[in-house]
Amino acid sequence: MVSEMQSSMTTDTVFTVRNLSVYYGSLLAVRGVNLDIPKNQITAFIGPSGCGKSTVLRCFNRTNDLIPGARIEGKIEYHDQDLYSKKTDPIDIRRRIGMVFQKPNPFPKSIYNNVAYGARINGYQGNMDELVERSLKGAALWDEVKDKLKESGLSLSGGQQQRLCIARAIAVQPEVILMDEPCSALDPISTLKIEELMNDLKQNYTIVIVTHNMQQATRVSDITAFFNAEESLESSNKIGFLVEYDLTQNIFHNPQNKDTKNYVSGRFG
Amino acid sequence: MTANSPNSGEDRSSLWKPNRQASRRVEMLVKLIFGAFALVSVATTAGIVLTLIFETIEFFGEVSLLQFLFDPQWTPLFSNQQFGIHVLISATIMTTGIAILVALPLGLMAAIYLSEYASLNTRRFLKPALEILAGIPSVVFGYFALLTVTPVLQTFIPGLQGFNALSAGLVLGISILPLVASLSEDAIYAVPRSLRDGSYALGATKRETIISVILPAALSGIVASLILAISRAIGETMIVTLAAGQNPTPGFNPFVPVATMTAFIVQVSLGDTPATSLAYKTIFAVGMTLFLITLTLNLISFWFVRKFQEKYE
Ligand SMILES: Nc1ncnc2c1ncn2[C@@H]1O[C@H](COP(=O)(O)OP(=O)(O)OP(=O)(O)O)[C@@H](O)[C@H]1O
Ligand SMILES: [Mg+2]
Repeated sequence: MVSEMQSSMTTDTVFTVRNLSVYYGSLLAVRGVNLDIPKNQITAFIGPSGCGKSTVLRCFNRTNDLIPGARIEGKIEYHDQDLYSKKTDPIDIRRRIGMVFQKPNPFPKSIYNNVAYGARINGYQGNMDELVERSLKGAALWDEVKDKLKESGLSLSGGQQQRLCIARAIAVQPEVILMDEPCSALDPISTLKIEELMNDLKQNYTIVIVTHNMQQATRVSDITAFFNAEESLESSNKIGFLVEYDLTQNIFHNPQNKDTKNYVSGRFG
Repeated sequence: MTANSPNSGEDRSSLWKPNRQASRRVEMLVKLIFGAFALVSVATTAGIVLTLIFETIEFFGEVSLLQFLFDPQWTPLFSNQQFGIHVLISATIMTTGIAILVALPLGLMAAIYLSEYASLNTRRFLKPALEILAGIPSVVFGYFALLTVTPVLQTFIPGLQGFNALSAGLVLGISILPLVASLSEDAIYAVPRSLRDGSYALGATKRETIISVILPAALSGIVASLILAISRAIGETMIVTLAAGQNPTPGFNPFVPVATMTAFIVQVSLGDTPATSLAYKTIFAVGMTLFLITLTLNLISFWFVRKFQEKYE
């Protein structure tokens, strides 16, 4: 399967995940994930609730470190850099690998400062006004807010807030943008806007998106990874694992695994 | 056996006899009793305010507002009576100001440490410690200021007198510290986790996140706790009476004995001033002033929180 995909794509790999397991305290949440995330593509994570999609996503920018007791086994390489080696600075990683969350979470600051904040703390020396404008344009929000940059980010609608969060993420000029169900709190029109936006962003960024929406996965993603969870023998919680990943059209029209087939055709989950 | 079987309908209906009439009567009674208690507290407040107002009106029948505001001294207990309230207010401002200078930075730092840095175990130990500090009776703080803090301060501030606003203010600050710390911590704790995550995800450090995201988001709660602490410090009586003295001195010298508004009220209430005399009525005018100041502060706090509280969702 991996070789089949590699032959169909000539792009570089951004993340190489090898035998990744994630624990919360003593609980094993996800086991044995092997995965490659290709550059300038949109990779979608799908699967039933609790199977560890967010958990794996958070490993990519080391935001799992912020959860007390969370730890990983296995290896994630970001280009050639070992993400979890002692020499790797998570702060630096998070600047290069941005994140957009399920619920829009703009800071209680002005629209302008929401976008400028990340650039400021990362010591951006260029013209801030230009950067803010460029980022807001990149997030397809500029026209709606250009006359009220001083107003609070919280005064925007949910869909606008989410695009503000995208603008905030691209303002620090990351290479990768991780999105954890970015549209699940939004109405269909805002969702569509963000999906269109993702298509544009693909030119410059590598995107990994978690979604519960099958149509969304087929509409936006190039590659889809299907996760599932199974009861474990020794503990009460379910353990998540990667079932298969492939080009999105293969996952949806010609899956290799029976569970994948059932899931994408809506028979469970 | 048969009584429990679902078919014995007659038995069941005879077993269930809800007395709706009686329970309705009990409900009414309960409502009445609780209503009466609520009324008592409202009536008490109204009574106190009305007394204040009436006595204050009587006071101003004998002393003009101009005298009250602009007399150079505060000497209602002497034969040449003067009523410059600013003498007492300046003392209150001094003790309160010093207290806030102590309580705000320390309280805020404690709050930040507790909510952002302390491990679960440290927290478990520190929170009760703060509560014990809050439980110390103010008379103990007063003696601590008078008998410990002032002598220590006198070793390096030569001009410092036995009663002074400085040590009263410092200890007053310690006494309201738990209030500032615990209310600010609540405000900081209430900042949604998603904001912290958003900041960290941009590559912010903990310090940057605290200063640029968490504190601004918690600002309204922190200001509210600050204003409450100011009100508490203004109304505090024991510490300032014991440690700052009862000697109305105009101006803002923290090294000499002064009398705050509360200290003056204590002095007259405990003394042998006849209840019909003008001197006695002054305590109501002073009380009214205190009341107006704290009322204003509460209104400001209320307005500030309403205006600046961030609504997440
Ligand atoms: N902070 C945490 N602490 C402890 N356990 C956690 C934590 N976050 C997730 N888990 C556990 O890890 C497992 C995977 O959760 P995760 O949130 O990654 O699933 P998900 O696939 O994103 O689900 P959903 O689709 O509902 O978002 C679950 O069993 C969950 O209980
Ligand atoms: Mg999730």
